[in-house]
Amino acid sequence: MKRGTAPKWLTIYAVAYMVFLYAPVVLLPLFAFNDATIIAFPLSGFTTEWFELLWSTDALHSAVGNSAVVAFVTALVSTFLGACAARASSRYSFPAQKGITGFIMLPLVLPEIIVAVSLIVMLMQLGLSLSLWTVVAGHVLICTPFSIAILSSAFAGLDQSLEEASFDLGESRWGTFRRVTLPLVMPGVISSLLICFTISLDEFIIAFFLTGTDATLPVYIWSQLRFPTKLPSVMALGTILLALSVGLLLLAEWFRRRAVRRQGLDASSSEGLL
Amino acid sequence: MARRLSREDKQGLTLIGLPFGYALIMLAAPLAMVVTFSFWTQDYLDINRTLTVENYRAVFSQPIYQTLLWRSLRISLIVTAVTVVLAFPIAYYLSFHMKKNKALWLFLITVPFWTSYLLRVFLWKVILGYNGVLNTALLKTGIIEEPLTFILYSANAVVLTLAHAWAPFAILPIFVALEKIDRSLLEAAEDLGDGPFRRFWRVTFPLAIPGVVAATLIVLIPTVGDFITPKLVGGTDGLMVANMIQIQFGKANNAPLGAALAVTSMVVVAIISIGIYLVGRKIGGRVAR
Repeated sequence: MKRGTAPKWLTIYAVAYMVFLYAPVVLLPLFAFNDATIIAFPLSGFTTEWFELLWSTDALHSAVGNSAVVAFVTALVSTFLGACAARASSRYSFPAQKGITGFIMLPLVLPEIIVAVSLIVMLMQLGLSLSLWTVVAGHVLICTPFSIAILSSAFAGLDQSLEEASFDLGESRWGTFRRVTLPLVMPGVISSLLICFTISLDEFIIAFFLTGTDATLPVYIWSQLRFPTKLPSVMALGTILLALSVGLLLLAEWFRRRAVRRQGLDASSSEGLL
Repeated sequence: MARRLSREDKQGLTLIGLPFGYALIMLAAPLAMVVTFSFWTQDYLDINRTLTVENYRAVFSQPIYQTLLWRSLRISLIVTAVTVVLAFPIAYYLSFHMKKNKALWLFLITVPFWTSYLLRVFLWKVILGYNGVLNTALLKTGIIEEPLTFILYSANAVVLTLAHAWAPFAILPIFVALEKIDRSLLEAAEDLGDGPFRRFWRVTFPLAIPGVVAATLIVLIPTVGDFITPKLVGGTDGLMVANMIQIQFGKANNAPLGAALAVTSMVVVAIISIGIYLVGRKIGGRVAR
């Protein structure tokens, strides 16, 4: 068996597939810097006009502000909930473990419109009004499973004997958590915060249903897509968002790798000490 | 021993209590409420709380809802099939023919997915449109004389756009399943006289089935509930049930009917998903220990 030498057709297919994946994304910066109001080829010239336009759009600024608040709170809450669940299922065994964890992970496979519709029905029945907080409530629900997925590996890689050593040396449970456990899983926590922030920032369907008068960024973009004259600046906005998301993801990945490395290093260094 | 275990139990339950409580309040309760809600009726501005199957009768008798449900199901199944079939060779290529930098390639595959979903769908509109990128390119190269009109605002556009949007979700589970395959099994098949073709169908593919099933479900379930793609690129022939749900909750102001539509599509999708899962378990290969 010739391992590693792919058949020619497979390589060609892989390249074609990557072109397919990147086709829409490549257009984004192209039209963002294109000096024309119509989104079509041929390109006419280079301009940064659309980016400058973004600076003077107040509605956009408030949408960015709203989204930032929503994404920040969502990231904090879902990472906290995710850490609880990941810790519980990797460290402890308790009755109905699979069922409970499975239920918490359910939003991962539930269509977002179902989550959105059921939350709005509940809010209507309780007579609560829609606001950014209702969006946060929905986003926490869909972000927590992602946080659990990330943090599970961080907690599973944790060497339990380190915690036991800390207990033996007289630390309290809280002290052990703060001084031993938390530093070891910190990179995983940061990675989870970044991923949840990114997901919340881009989420549209739940935000569309649950948002009150304050629009989040995707809801704002949706409202702009109807006006052809606004499209070039939407492209510019999309370019900025893409750069931002990729940056955040790279950062998250870097932290995740550091987590793996740190746990490996710490285990070996403690061995060295012994 | 027994006492220690039960203390462990308690600590574990206390920890999981918070996220579980959140899921109960924000997911289980709302879902139960939607089901109840679907048995109520809209009475102008008020909700009539007498239990009735009126909404379900409407969903199952009025042609428009039937058409939308069937179309959603058909489009979702086609999207799923297209996405998974297109994704499989890529996952295979990554797992079997990439020696290093696998992580980098996986990252490159997920990058387009992190562009705003709305914008990705919209950009497909730009590519497929009458004056779009595709038509311009095909006209310039002389492959076609007239711009193609059947691509945008049709079910085809919805399939293509969704197949793009869900690509990473299909590639990743298949890739994970392929990575788990013990390579010595392939060598064994070869030593026993299987050619590459037979080896693939008799060893690799059956062992990859769990990944294929996971990919199928991950793509199928959410696509039934999508309403952005049908609205932006689907035209009138591409509208799906989620668009109708949104209309009932919005302009049409008949939330109970919307809830009934949502519950119906959820139940249908759940049944199909369970079916796919069971079939997958039946035909999937297992390595005897």
